[in-house]
Amino acid sequence: METNSHFVTLENVTKRFGDLEVLHGINLTVDLHQVVCLIGASGSGKSTLLRCINLLEQVDDGTIVVDGQAITGTKVDVNALRQRIGIVFQAFNLFPHMNVLENVTLAPIRARGMSKTQARLRARELLALIGLEDKEDEYPDRLSGGQQQRVAIARALAMNPNLMLLDEITSALDPQLVGEVLALVRTLAHEGMTMIIATHEMSFAREVADKVCFLDAGVILEEGPCDQIFSAPREERTREFLQRVIEAGRL
Amino acid sequence: MGKFFHAFFSPLDFLRAVPQVWDGFQTNIKLMVIAEALVLVFALLVAIVRGLPGRASFPLRALAIVYTDVFRGTPLILVLFIVLLGVPALDMTGIFDRSLFFYGIVSLTLVYTAYVTEVYRAGIESVHPSQRMAARSLGLSYTQALRFVILPQAFRRVIPPLLNDFIGLQKDTALITVLGLTEAAAQAGFYSTDYFNYAGFTVAAVFFIILTIPLARFTDHLIKERESRERAQAV
Repeated sequence: METNSHFVTLENVTKRFGDLEVLHGINLTVDLHQVVCLIGASGSGKSTLLRCINLLEQVDDGTIVVDGQAITGTKVDVNALRQRIGIVFQAFNLFPHMNVLENVTLAPIRARGMSKTQARLRARELLALIGLEDKEDEYPDRLSGGQQQRVAIARALAMNPNLMLLDEITSALDPQLVGEVLALVRTLAHEGMTMIIATHEMSFAREVADKVCFLDAGVILEEGPCDQIFSAPREERTREFLQRVIEAGRL
Repeated sequence: MGKFFHAFFSPLDFLRAVPQVWDGFQTNIKLMVIAEALVLVFALLVAIVRGLPGRASFPLRALAIVYTDVFRGTPLILVLFIVLLGVPALDMTGIFDRSLFFYGIVSLTLVYTAYVTEVYRAGIESVHPSQRMAARSLGLSYTQALRFVILPQAFRRVIPPLLNDFIGLQKDTALITVLGLTEAAAQAGFYSTDYFNYAGFTVAAVFFIILTIPLARFTDHLIKERESRERAQAV
């Protein structure tokens, strides 16, 4: 099958919360170094889809293959898997009792068994990348939202993941702080990081995405290259959604 | 008024009672320190067991619930009677030594572990689930997430209620006197029968108060220090 050539393959992925079916048979492929943006209204299943790929949610049906390995099944080492797949959340979810450096080094030291010195060295590299090398002793509550989200990205990158999942990472930020976070994501994209990004920032999606998927009520209604989705959407629902976005001034 | 003052606050009796009551109070201190250390550890274990996920750990969870229900609901004095009088009557030599002190520790630990378990549990549950999710998403195991992310945050939040329970425990060490252990309240009682004066009880009360106030202020200090370190400056 040709599925082997893709870095991430989702086949017929279905997820229910009780009686509510949130994802109905999602099929999606992502190639290495590709950036895929998931767009769609709130509640369309974008976040759930990302959480399924990280196994934070268990899928009820279907298969997910990452880097040639099926991750849906009972014999999967979830901890090892998650070390290779980074996820960044809308609400940052930094650890408030740890300073920036501790936030970034916790998982490399504890989950991967890296030495403290090595983990710190790597963390400082990452803090330089995100432009917060002077904040390593600060606690999250003393940072701005944009700074916190950049630290959260650094924390995920510290595990050297080969896939990053970004779950509406700018939705909780003040408009003037969105830019600094998106600039960082842009850098990652240019460096070839494979990413699946759920976002409401359409102009950003248009700029970085190799492929855009429009989710509606738990299915990928339409997918294609940016130009096609944004300029010539085939589906009526996609057109409606984009129209609303344009009216809200986000495109 | 003078009579009242003399009975409880006569300076002569007050001073004279101090060494005797202090003699007994040392037993209270030992009881509380040992029991508190045990409670801190056992209550944490029971709280963790109560929070275990999955159907497989249901029997353990149920056991933890039954334990807390029983010992939180039983008056300490009844537990003391059961442990101090009932258990030795079983005559299991070699398993239990028979010092009143030992049984006192056992009773205090049994009862206060049940209270403190609930305090810990409330603290653990007050940490937002997204914290556990963030920790797990980085590849930390359930235990690592608990140890490095959930518990440190829970601990900080439970310090004030924990201290409250410990003050309760410290005071309840005096209850063990009813079973014949010579501690501060007992010594104060001896003093009152020897000298027909009750200043000994006042002395004992002062000892208990002196012990709790610095602890309360120390806790306040800890909380404040953490606030200033981790929280944003006041707006």
